[in-house]
This record gives sequence, structure tokens and C-alpha cells, in this order.
Amino acid sequence: MENIIEVKDLNTYFEESHILKDINIEIPKNAVTSLIGPSGCGKSTFLRTINRMNDVISTFKEEGTILLDGQEIYDPEVDVVDLRKKVGMVFQKPNPFPKSIFENVAYGLRVHGESDKRVIKKRVEASLKESALWNEVKDKLDSSAMGLSGGQQQRLCIARTIAVEPEVILMDEPCSALDPISTTKIEDLIHKLKNDFTIIIVTHNMQQATRVSKYTAFFLHGEIIEKGLTDKIFIEPEDKRTEDYITGRFG
Amino acid sequence: MNRIIPPNHAQKIMNGVFWSVGILAILILVVIIGYILYNGLPQFSLEFIFGEPVGSGESGGIWPMIVSSFYVTFIALIVATPLGVLAAIFLAEYAGENNLVKAIRFAAETLASIPSIVFGLFGLTFFVVYLQMGFSVLSGGLTLALMAIPTILRTAEVSIESVPQSYKEGSLALGASKWQTIYRVVLPAAIPGITTGVILGMARAIEETAAILYTVGASLAIPLSIWDPARPLPLHLYILATEGISLPNAYGTAAVLVILILIITVFTNYLVERYTKKMMGR
Repeated sequence: MENIIEVKDLNTYFEESHILKDINIEIPKNAVTSLIGPSGCGKSTFLRTINRMNDVISTFKEEGTILLDGQEIYDPEVDVVDLRKKVGMVFQKPNPFPKSIFENVAYGLRVHGESDKRVIKKRVEASLKESALWNEVKDKLDSSAMGLSGGQQQRLCIARTIAVEPEVILMDEPCSALDPISTTKIEDLIHKLKNDFTIIIVTHNMQQATRVSKYTAFFLHGEIIEKGLTDKIFIEPEDKRTEDYITGRFG
Repeated sequence: MNRIIPPNHAQKIMNGVFWSVGILAILILVVIIGYILYNGLPQFSLEFIFGEPVGSGESGGIWPMIVSSFYVTFIALIVATPLGVLAAIFLAEYAGENNLVKAIRFAAETLASIPSIVFGLFGLTFFVVYLQMGFSVLSGGLTLALMAIPTILRTAEVSIESVPQSYKEGSLALGASKWQTIYRVVLPAAIPGITTGVILGMARAIEETAAILYTVGASLAIPLSIWDPARPLPLHLYILATEGISLPNAYGTAAVLVILILIITVFTNYLVERYTKKMMGR
């Protein structure tokens, strides 16, 4: 299995506090990797380090290596715009723009300079189909995305992300604000998307991790305690702390 | 327990107080506008609105004053809106929190509370005399712009700051640059608030008398260029009333001014509401 991301000895800090400690992990291509662990363990920080969303916080500091396709992403040569085109992100709370459904999906294409209307139209349609939203919205592409339900909004955010054809999609608890039916739809979508994209998903839901991901990494206090095949981690964890967490003894 | 007034009575009394105060506020507005319209509307005729003044305005129309008002207000807005909005973007998105920013905010607040006659005096010495623009639409418009900038800046800054962080993150995560994010997501989302600020600034400009008293001249003719002197409605009203030229025509002018402001406010409110509806999907 080919690895698309390789992280070596990653340490991150906000001001003086040491958030991520000696993180080492490989993310296999075209597969789903879950990041699990109690709140405040650094999963989200790790996710936001991969697309450099932490850059906006002036006190953020990182040391170590993160290779995407063999290229160091914190290299001064790397354009963060190009990086985020390759590494998309879906947030915890659905955050469509207060624009029409069509414009939400077209947004990424437009900011990357695409101006051919036919190309944009085709890509918007393809992305909405791929994110299983097309049938629900095809007659109201011009209405505001804010009028959609929470689950639809989240699928729209996924459509918006895949429209720019990233290699990796980061998902930060994408279902935590959704009802069970919407959650199922997003999970089905994740299954479908892993054929074309590499997905890293942060989740607090153990069942979700077992349902959607092939690989899992367990974070605790900023360290990776255990990582590997999801089945292995959930059936016979090596570390006592992993076992305690997945059986619900803390977290 | 020794309560002088039992709670349920106190509740009723306070309900009564709040209702009366609310009604009083509306009543004051209705009485003032009603009084002006009652005295002003009888002057209305096609000739009064679209005619030229006769003599010093004791009879004839006020068309040149209406044109003058639009002219100076327009100049004030095309100068003040970009300056105010750009400054607001700078303060809200780029400046961060340091002493310079605090100084700018303090300056804007102070500027907003300076009496308009002081702006007039400044306009006279700076635009009219020093820059040799003379008594003109341009001098008046620029003086009004100075007055409108703080209003526009403050309102625009607040509405830009209130755009949710999650919109910005969504945009940045798609690979948009900071400026693309501001231009394509933040500003469209802040447009309703910014428009309100511009309308407040405009209302301040169109109704202003003292600031143009020393800068725009008092010509009765229609200004043909920005270098011509003019006489906007409030100034005309002031001259008609204080020089005892014609009190009925002063009321007529006041009524025109009030109606203009009402039309502009109602119309922009309607546009803003429609825009918000479309943006937020009802």
C-alpha cells in the first residue's frame, strides 16, 4: 500500500503549550484513516496541521516533517494555496457560504481561476452527483445553500471540497452536528469517496470509526498511542490505554 | 416578607411603563413629521418642486436646491464610502489589535462626535481657501464626506467583524487567499450592514446644514459642475426661516427633505431585505 502522507517526529506548539508530541504516522493512499481519542488530545490540531490551517494563529509553531507525495508541506517554497487545493477540509459544523447552492460548489473553481462557464457547470454537476446531493437540489441550484437541512449542507460542503479535485480530504467530526439518518448518508458517501480520495476523519464515535475506516490512530494527550488496521485496534488493542478508551472506560 | 408592591402588580405596572414609553417615542416622531407635512404639503405643486425660485425664494420652486442636495450628497458618498469601507476592512481583517489600531478607532469615534459647524469651519479654511476650491459643490461634498466617513467606518467594521469565522475557514480551506476570502465571502455577507452604514452616513450628509454653510455658497441657480456654488435643501430652509423670507416655503422645503429621506430609507431597507432573503434562503 502506497502512503500519500508521511509524518515524522512532528511536534506542534501554541505559545508555550506543547500540543502534539513526536507524531509519527503514515497515511495510506485511497483509504480512510480514523483519528480517535478524547477531547483535547490533539486530533483536530493534527488535522489542521496537514492543510496548514493553523498558520492563521500567530503563536502556532511546528517542528518535524510532514511529507505529502514526498514534498515537505512546511517548506517555504510551498504555496499554501496549492497545498489546500490538494488537501481539502470538511468542518465539524456545516459551513456553506451564504450563496446559492451552485455558487457554493463553483467557489473553489472560481478562486483557482476557472472562468469557463461550461467547465464550471459540468464540474458542479459532477461534484453534486458524487456527493449524492444532485437529485435533492438539481431543481433549486440558484436558491441559497442556507435553506438546506444540516445533513444536506454537510454533503454540499463535501461537494464543494471535491469540486477542486483534492488528493486528500480532511474531515473534522463531520457528523457530530447531524441526525442519525444524515450521518448514515455521510458514511455511505465516505465509502464511495475513498475510491478517488484519501480520507482522514476525526471522530468521537467508535462505531463510526469501525464502520468507515480501514486504519485508525488513537491519540491521547498529544501522542499517538496506537495505530494500525482498524479491525486490529478494535479487536485486540496492544496498549491498555487504547483498550480502556474504546471500551468506554474514559474519554 | 414585607413587599410594598406585590410582584404581579409590579409586573403590570412595569408593562404599562414600557408600553407608554414605546408609544411616546413613536408619538413624538409622528407629531414632528405630521406637523412638518401639515404645514409643508399645502405648498406642494409641480411648480414648487420643479420650478426655479423667484426672488430669494419667497415664491417659485426649489428644484435647484433638490439638485444641489443630491449633488453634494453624491459627492460625499462616492468619497466617503470607499474610504470608510476600506478602512473598516483594514481594521477588521488586517490590523490586528495594537496601539495604532486603538488610535485609529479613537480618532474615528472622536471625529463622529465633533460638532458639524467645526467641520464647516475646517472645510472653509482647507477646501475653500487653502485648496482654492472656492464655495462650490466640491468643497461642500468633501466636507460632508469627512463627516460621513466615521459613521460608515464604524458600521462597516462591526458588520465585517460579525461575519462568522466558519465562512472564512471554509473559504481558506478551499485554497482561497485572504483577499479572495474577504472579497468573495466576507464582503457579500457584510453587505447589508455596510449598506446600513452608508445610508446612515448619507442621511447625515443630506440633512446637514452647518457643515455646508461655510463651504457650498448659497447660489440660487442649478449647479452645472462641481466647481459651481449651490444651495442644498437644509441650507435653503435655514435661510428662508432665519431671514424671514417665507415661512410657508420653509415648511414646504422641510417637507420635501423629510419625504426624500423617508423614500431613500424605505427603498434601501427593501433592497437590503430582499438581498438578505436571497442570501440566507428566506
